[in-house]
Amino acid sequence: MDERERLKAFEQTVLPYLDAAYNLARWLAGNDHDAQDVAQEASLRAFKFFGSFRGENPRAWLLTIVRNTFYNWLKKNRPAEIAGELNEEALAVEDISANACMANLHQADAEMVRRAIDELPVEFREMIILREMEGFSYKEIADLSDVPIGTVMSRLARARKQLQQSLGGEFQAGGVK
Amino acid sequence: MNCQQARPLIDFYADGELDAARILELEKHIHDCPACALAWRNAQTLKKSLKQEALFFTAPPELRRAIKTELHSQVKPRANFWNWNWLNAVTTSFASVCLALLLIVTLARPSAQQQLTQEIVSSHVRSLMANHVMDVISTDQHTVKPWFNGKVDFSPPVKDLAAQGFPLIGGRLDYIGGRGVSALVFQRRKHVINLYIWPAKEKDSKPASAIPIQGYNLIHWSQAEMEFWAVSDLNEEELVEFVQDYTTSPL
Repeated sequence: MDERERLKAFEQTVLPYLDAAYNLARWLAGNDHDAQDVAQEASLRAFKFFGSFRGENPRAWLLTIVRNTFYNWLKKNRPAEIAGELNEEALAVEDISANACMANLHQADAEMVRRAIDELPVEFREMIILREMEGFSYKEIADLSDVPIGTVMSRLARARKQLQQSLGGEFQAGGVK
Repeated sequence: MNCQQARPLIDFYADGELDAARILELEKHIHDCPACALAWRNAQTLKKSLKQEALFFTAPPELRRAIKTELHSQVKPRANFWNWNWLNAVTTSFASVCLALLLIVTLARPSAQQQLTQEIVSSHVRSLMANHVMDVISTDQHTVKPWFNGKVDFSPPVKDLAAQGFPLIGGRLDYIGGRGVSALVFQRRKHVINLYIWPAKEKDSKPASAIPIQGYNLIHWSQAEMEFWAVSDLNEEELVEFVQDYTTSPL
């Protein structure tokens, strides 16, 4: 395939998912400027590696590159944010079990939800975006973000618990069974 | 199923990742347990909150443009474009220079034919000056012909044209065009005609019109795989007559 045909194929199969790429980059980076940098770099890298794309799922493929590009960018530009490694052990199931006092959660407006998502650690935020906005399965998220499927599930549970708390559907009621 | 078991499954259920057997169990529990039913409703509400259209960011047009521009410049980079032009220009000028040189060389240098005729004339003149016209003096073609045996690697057709007024007076070895050739010597009045013969590389050709060089006339033809050059100070008309006689008379 010559370069022009390659570009044409890339524009037809991968670039339609630029919105998804930007959306993920925007949620991860937290602002438009950095998100554009990440999404652009990821798109150019995707074209560079387009030869190794085997036609499976172009959206998942592109988002994998966006995610990797973002973490490289993060290491370089905001190393402090990933300095505190997540302690996956601390995310034990007991934490998300029935120890909380539930309240009726009302659908929150977009601005509230946005703030709640932004408050999540980036690794949790990533899971929420991939699961709720992009609709990937646990397995797909595990492949995409290169973590075990169990980690995907525990991070999702943890993220949802925090969101529930932020949005008023759950109150920490220490010790009540 | 109790609440401890049910609660973690609610998310899986909401995500569509729960297997059928446990779906039935969980649904039964939710039906019977108000607290887990609330958790289930909250999970669905949260999902709905997170899927709001307003939460999706769409790629800004300038990002789309920037990516397209960058990709297209990579595929058809300006540098390459220039390289191509540059290469093309060099190739063209190189070709022009080559052509010019070729023309100069070709025009300045005598052609192979010119070189050959010059050589023949020189040989003819030399043979007259050095009184070395003949190695074998014989008016008998049957003496001259065998004389060449072993001296050249071919057998020249030797004819006597005495009847036509061009008596054969002898033969000689000579060196023309980088090879040994046979020269037959004829005479008309005081004029000597040298007839150079060697194996032809080309097809038969009819006698060409006479080429005048330095006051001598040359006529060339090919016949029966032999190349013939007749050269003499004879006038053109008589040399043509000689050639006609030679080509038409039998061996």
